Amino acid sequence: MIPEALALSVALFAIGVIGVLTRRNALIVFMCVELMLNAVNLAFVAFSKLYGVGGQVFVIFVMTVAAAEAAVGLAIVIALFRHRQTVDLDLLGLLRG
Amino acid sequence: MLPDYPLFYSFHFYLFGLVALASAIAFVTRKSPVAAALWLVNVMFSLAALYVMMDAHFVGAIQVLVYAGAIMVVFLFVVMLLNLGHADSMRDQRDPRVRATAAAVAVALTIELAVLARPDWLPVVPTPLAPPPASTGAIAPVADALFNEYLLAFELTSVLILVAIIGAVVLGRRTST
Repeated sequence: MIPEALALSVALFAIGVIGVLTRRNALIVFMCVELMLNAVNLAFVAFSKLYGVGGQVFVIFVMTVAAAEAAVGLAIVIALFRHRQTVDLDLLGLLRG
Repeated sequence: MLPDYPLFYSFHFYLFGLVALASAIAFVTRKSPVAAALWLVNVMFSLAALYVMMDAHFVGAIQVLVYAGAIMVVFLFVVMLLNLGHADSMRDQRDPRVRATAAAVAVALTIELAVLARPDWLPVVPTPLAPPPASTGAIAPVADALFNEYLLAFELTSVLILVAIIGAVVLGRRTST
Protein backbone atom coordinates (compact mmCIF):
# COMPACT_ATOMS: atom_id res chain seq x y z
CA MET A 1 0.00 0.00 0.00
CA ILE A 2 2.97 2.37 0.39
CA PRO A 3 3.60 2.97 -3.35
CA GLU A 4 -0.08 3.63 -3.95
CA ALA A 5 -0.17 6.13 -1.11
CA LEU A 6 2.92 7.89 -2.46
CA ALA A 7 1.42 8.01 -5.95
CA LEU A 8 -1.77 9.53 -4.56
CA SER A 9 0.34 12.03 -2.64
CA VAL A 10 2.14 13.09 -5.83
CA ALA A 11 -1.15 13.40 -7.71
CA LEU A 12 -2.76 15.52 -5.00
CA PHE A 13 0.29 17.76 -4.85
CA ALA A 14 0.21 18.25 -8.64
CA ILE A 15 -3.49 19.09 -8.50
CA GLY A 16 -2.74 21.66 -5.82
CA VAL A 17 -0.02 23.19 -8.00
CA ILE A 18 -2.44 23.42 -10.93
CA GLY A 19 -4.94 25.17 -8.68
CA VAL A 20 -2.41 27.68 -7.41
CA LEU A 21 -1.30 28.51 -10.94
CA THR A 22 -4.71 28.75 -12.59
CA ARG A 23 -6.98 30.48 -10.10
CA ARG A 24 -7.28 34.17 -9.32
CA ASN A 25 -9.40 33.93 -6.20
CA ALA A 26 -7.03 34.32 -3.25
CA LEU A 27 -9.16 32.08 -1.06
CA ILE A 28 -9.09 29.24 -3.60
CA VAL A 29 -5.33 29.63 -3.87
CA PHE A 30 -5.13 29.28 -0.10
CA MET A 31 -7.21 26.13 -0.23
CA CYS A 32 -4.92 24.71 -2.91
CA VAL A 33 -1.97 25.32 -0.61
CA GLU A 34 -3.83 23.39 2.08
CA LEU A 35 -4.34 20.57 -0.42
CA MET A 36 -0.60 20.48 -1.10
CA LEU A 37 0.11 20.34 2.63
CA ASN A 38 -2.32 17.44 2.88
CA ALA A 39 -0.53 15.62 0.08
CA VAL A 40 2.76 15.98 1.95
CA ASN A 41 1.09 14.72 5.11
CA LEU A 42 -0.04 11.62 3.26
CA ALA A 43 3.53 10.97 2.18
CA PHE A 44 4.70 11.44 5.78
CA VAL A 45 2.19 8.94 7.08
CA ALA A 46 3.09 6.43 4.36
CA PHE A 47 6.77 6.73 5.20
CA SER A 48 6.07 6.48 8.90
CA LYS A 49 4.76 2.99 8.19
CA LEU A 50 8.22 2.12 6.90
CA TYR A 51 10.55 4.17 9.08
CA GLY A 52 8.84 4.57 12.42
CA VAL A 53 6.57 6.96 14.20
CA GLY A 54 8.55 10.16 13.56
CA GLY A 55 6.60 10.84 10.39
CA GLN A 56 3.37 11.06 12.30
CA VAL A 57 4.90 13.57 14.68
CA PHE A 58 5.90 15.66 11.69
CA VAL A 59 2.34 15.46 10.38
CA ILE A 60 1.16 16.98 13.64
CA PHE A 61 3.68 19.81 13.26
CA VAL A 62 2.62 20.39 9.67
CA MET A 63 -1.00 20.62 10.76
CA THR A 64 -0.08 23.16 13.41
CA VAL A 65 1.80 25.28 10.91
CA ALA A 66 -1.10 24.97 8.48
CA ALA A 67 -3.55 26.18 11.11
CA ALA A 68 -1.34 29.15 11.95
CA GLU A 69 -0.87 29.92 8.26
CA ALA A 70 -4.60 29.78 7.64
CA ALA A 71 -5.33 32.13 10.52
CA VAL A 72 -2.75 34.72 9.47
CA GLY A 73 -3.46 34.33 5.75
CA LEU A 74 -7.20 34.74 6.13
CA ALA A 75 -6.64 37.77 8.33
CA ILE A 76 -4.53 39.24 5.53
CA VAL A 77 -7.27 38.43 3.01
CA ILE A 78 -9.86 40.16 5.17
CA ALA A 79 -7.63 43.21 5.58
CA LEU A 80 -7.02 43.29 1.83
CA PHE A 81 -10.71 42.99 1.08
CA ARG A 82 -11.43 45.83 3.47
CA HIS A 83 -9.07 48.12 1.57
CA ARG A 84 -9.59 47.00 -2.03
CA GLN A 85 -13.01 45.28 -2.07
CA THR A 86 -11.58 42.36 -4.05
CA VAL A 87 -9.64 39.16 -3.59
CA ASP A 88 -8.63 38.93 -7.25
CA LEU A 89 -4.90 38.31 -7.19
CA ASP A 90 -4.37 40.04 -10.53
CA LEU A 91 -5.70 43.25 -9.06
CA LEU A 92 -3.48 43.02 -5.99
CA GLY A 93 -0.08 43.74 -7.51
CA LEU A 94 1.07 46.21 -4.90
CA LEU A 95 4.27 44.30 -4.09
CA ARG A 96 5.03 43.35 -7.67
CA GLY A 97 7.39 46.24 -8.16
CA MET B 1 7.66 -4.49 0.96
CA LEU B 2 4.72 -5.32 3.13
CA PRO B 3 3.01 -8.63 2.68
CA ASP B 4 -0.30 -9.29 1.06
CA TYR B 5 -3.28 -7.47 2.38
CA PRO B 6 -6.75 -8.89 2.64
CA LEU B 7 -9.08 -7.99 -0.16
CA PHE B 8 -11.30 -6.00 2.17
CA TYR B 9 -8.39 -3.76 3.11
CA SER B 10 -7.18 -3.29 -0.46
CA PHE B 11 -10.65 -2.54 -1.75
CA HIS B 12 -11.26 0.19 0.79
CA PHE B 13 -7.77 1.60 0.40
CA TYR B 14 -8.28 2.04 -3.33
CA LEU B 15 -11.83 3.26 -2.78
CA PHE B 16 -10.79 6.06 -0.42
CA GLY B 17 -7.80 6.87 -2.60
CA LEU B 18 -9.97 7.26 -5.69
CA VAL B 19 -12.53 9.29 -3.76
CA ALA B 20 -9.74 11.59 -2.59
CA LEU B 21 -8.39 11.96 -6.11
CA ALA B 22 -11.79 12.60 -7.68
CA SER B 23 -12.71 15.07 -4.96
CA ALA B 24 -9.44 16.92 -5.46
CA ILE B 25 -10.11 17.23 -9.19
CA ALA B 26 -13.64 18.39 -8.48
CA PHE B 27 -12.26 20.83 -5.93
CA VAL B 28 -9.84 22.45 -8.33
CA THR B 29 -12.41 22.76 -11.12
CA ARG B 30 -15.33 24.24 -9.16
CA LYS B 31 -16.05 27.89 -9.74
CA SER B 32 -17.91 28.56 -6.51
CA PRO B 33 -15.61 28.91 -3.49
CA VAL B 34 -18.19 27.25 -1.24
CA ALA B 35 -18.44 24.18 -3.46
CA ALA B 36 -14.66 24.03 -3.72
CA ALA B 37 -14.30 24.18 0.05
CA LEU B 38 -16.80 21.36 0.53
CA TRP B 39 -15.00 19.17 -2.00
CA LEU B 40 -11.76 19.89 -0.14
CA VAL B 41 -13.44 18.73 3.08
CA ASN B 42 -14.28 15.52 1.22
CA VAL B 43 -10.62 15.10 0.26
CA MET B 44 -9.60 15.55 3.89
CA PHE B 45 -12.11 12.99 5.13
CA SER B 46 -10.85 10.45 2.61
CA LEU B 47 -7.27 11.16 3.64
CA ALA B 48 -8.26 10.66 7.27
CA ALA B 49 -9.62 7.24 6.34
CA LEU B 50 -6.34 6.43 4.59
CA TYR B 51 -4.38 7.53 7.67
CA VAL B 52 -6.41 5.20 9.84
CA MET B 53 -5.84 2.35 7.38
CA MET B 54 -2.10 3.02 7.54
CA ASP B 55 -2.13 2.58 11.34
CA ALA B 56 -2.01 6.31 12.06
CA HIS B 57 -5.20 6.51 14.06
CA PHE B 58 -4.31 9.60 16.04
CA VAL B 59 -3.29 11.52 12.93
CA GLY B 60 -6.54 10.49 11.28
CA ALA B 61 -8.58 11.81 14.18
CA ILE B 62 -6.61 15.05 14.22
CA GLN B 63 -7.08 15.34 10.47
CA VAL B 64 -10.85 15.30 10.91
CA LEU B 65 -10.87 17.56 13.95
CA VAL B 66 -8.32 20.17 12.91
CA TYR B 67 -8.32 20.17 9.13
CA ALA B 68 -11.84 19.26 8.14
CA GLY B 69 -13.30 20.68 11.31
CA ALA B 70 -11.45 23.84 12.22
CA ILE B 71 -9.42 25.06 9.25
CA MET B 72 -12.07 24.50 6.61
CA VAL B 73 -14.73 26.08 8.80
CA VAL B 74 -12.54 29.17 9.04
CA PHE B 75 -12.21 29.18 5.25
CA LEU B 76 -15.96 28.87 4.76
CA PHE B 77 -16.52 31.54 7.38
CA VAL B 78 -14.29 33.98 5.50
CA VAL B 79 -15.88 33.11 2.15
CA MET B 80 -19.30 33.86 3.54
CA LEU B 81 -18.17 36.86 5.56
CA LEU B 82 -16.76 38.50 2.44
CA ASN B 83 -19.81 37.37 0.46
CA LEU B 84 -17.68 35.68 -2.19
CA GLY B 85 -19.96 32.72 -2.69
CA HIS B 86 -21.19 33.87 -6.08
CA ALA B 87 -19.02 32.26 -8.70
CA ASP B 88 -19.90 34.54 -11.60
CA SER B 89 -18.96 37.74 -9.79
CA MET B 90 -15.28 37.44 -10.66
CA ARG B 91 -13.16 36.06 -13.47
CA ASP B 92 -11.51 33.31 -11.53
CA GLN B 93 -10.01 30.89 -14.04
CA ARG B 94 -7.06 32.20 -15.96
CA ASP B 95 -6.92 31.98 -19.74
CA PRO B 96 -6.16 28.66 -21.51
CA ARG B 97 -2.52 29.50 -22.14
CA VAL B 98 -1.81 29.79 -18.42
CA ARG B 99 -3.82 26.66 -17.80
CA ALA B 100 -1.79 24.68 -20.33
CA THR B 101 1.40 25.94 -18.73
CA ALA B 102 0.10 24.91 -15.31
CA ALA B 103 -0.75 21.44 -16.60
CA ALA B 104 2.75 21.12 -18.07
CA VAL B 105 4.31 22.18 -14.79
CA ALA B 106 2.17 19.67 -12.93
CA VAL B 107 3.13 16.84 -15.29
CA ALA B 108 6.81 17.69 -14.98
CA LEU B 109 6.48 17.82 -11.20
CA THR B 110 4.69 14.48 -11.15
CA ILE B 111 7.41 12.82 -13.22
CA GLU B 112 10.11 14.35 -11.07
CA LEU B 113 8.51 13.21 -7.82
CA ALA B 114 7.78 9.77 -9.23
CA VAL B 115 11.43 9.35 -10.17
CA LEU B 116 12.61 10.61 -6.78
CA ALA B 117 10.26 8.29 -4.92
CA ARG B 118 11.42 5.17 -6.73
CA PRO B 119 11.61 2.39 -4.18
CA ASP B 120 15.23 1.51 -4.89
CA TRP B 121 16.26 5.08 -4.06
CA LEU B 122 14.65 5.06 -0.66
CA PRO B 123 17.08 4.67 2.22
CA VAL B 124 17.28 1.16 3.48
CA VAL B 125 16.35 0.66 7.07
CA PRO B 126 19.45 -0.83 8.69
CA THR B 127 17.59 -3.20 10.90
CA PRO B 128 14.18 -3.99 9.55
CA LEU B 129 11.63 -2.54 11.84
CA ALA B 130 9.86 -5.06 13.92
CA PRO B 131 6.37 -5.64 12.62
CA PRO B 132 4.45 -2.80 14.18
CA PRO B 133 2.32 -3.80 17.10
CA ALA B 134 -1.37 -3.29 16.81
CA SER B 135 -1.18 -0.03 18.72
CA THR B 136 1.50 1.67 16.64
CA GLY B 137 -0.73 4.44 15.39
CA ALA B 138 -2.54 4.92 18.65
CA ILE B 139 -1.76 7.84 20.84
CA ALA B 140 0.91 6.41 23.12
CA PRO B 141 3.81 5.89 20.65
CA VAL B 142 3.15 9.23 18.96
CA ALA B 143 3.05 11.00 22.30
CA ASP B 144 6.23 9.21 23.37
CA ALA B 145 8.11 10.56 20.35
CA LEU B 146 6.45 13.96 20.56
CA PHE B 147 7.27 14.63 24.19
CA ASN B 148 10.75 13.09 24.27
CA GLU B 149 12.53 13.27 20.96
CA TYR B 150 10.73 16.32 19.57
CA LEU B 151 10.04 18.18 22.81
CA LEU B 152 11.91 21.33 21.80
CA ALA B 153 10.04 21.56 18.50
CA PHE B 154 6.79 20.99 20.35
CA GLU B 155 7.50 23.85 22.74
CA LEU B 156 8.53 26.14 19.89
CA THR B 157 5.24 25.32 18.21
CA SER B 158 3.43 27.02 21.07
CA VAL B 159 5.42 30.18 20.37
CA LEU B 160 4.45 29.88 16.70
CA ILE B 161 0.78 29.63 17.60
CA LEU B 162 1.06 32.62 19.91
CA VAL B 163 2.66 34.68 17.15
CA ALA B 164 -0.05 33.56 14.73
CA ILE B 165 -2.79 34.58 17.16
CA ILE B 166 -1.25 38.01 17.70
CA GLY B 167 -0.72 38.44 13.98
CA ALA B 168 -4.28 37.50 13.15
CA VAL B 169 -5.66 39.87 15.74
CA VAL B 170 -3.46 42.74 14.62
CA LEU B 171 -4.21 42.18 10.94
CA GLY B 172 -7.91 41.73 11.48
CA ARG B 173 -8.30 44.81 13.64
CA ARG B 174 -10.09 47.70 12.05
CA THR B 175 -7.34 50.27 12.13
CA SER B 176 -8.04 53.97 11.99
CA THR B 177 -5.08 54.89 9.83
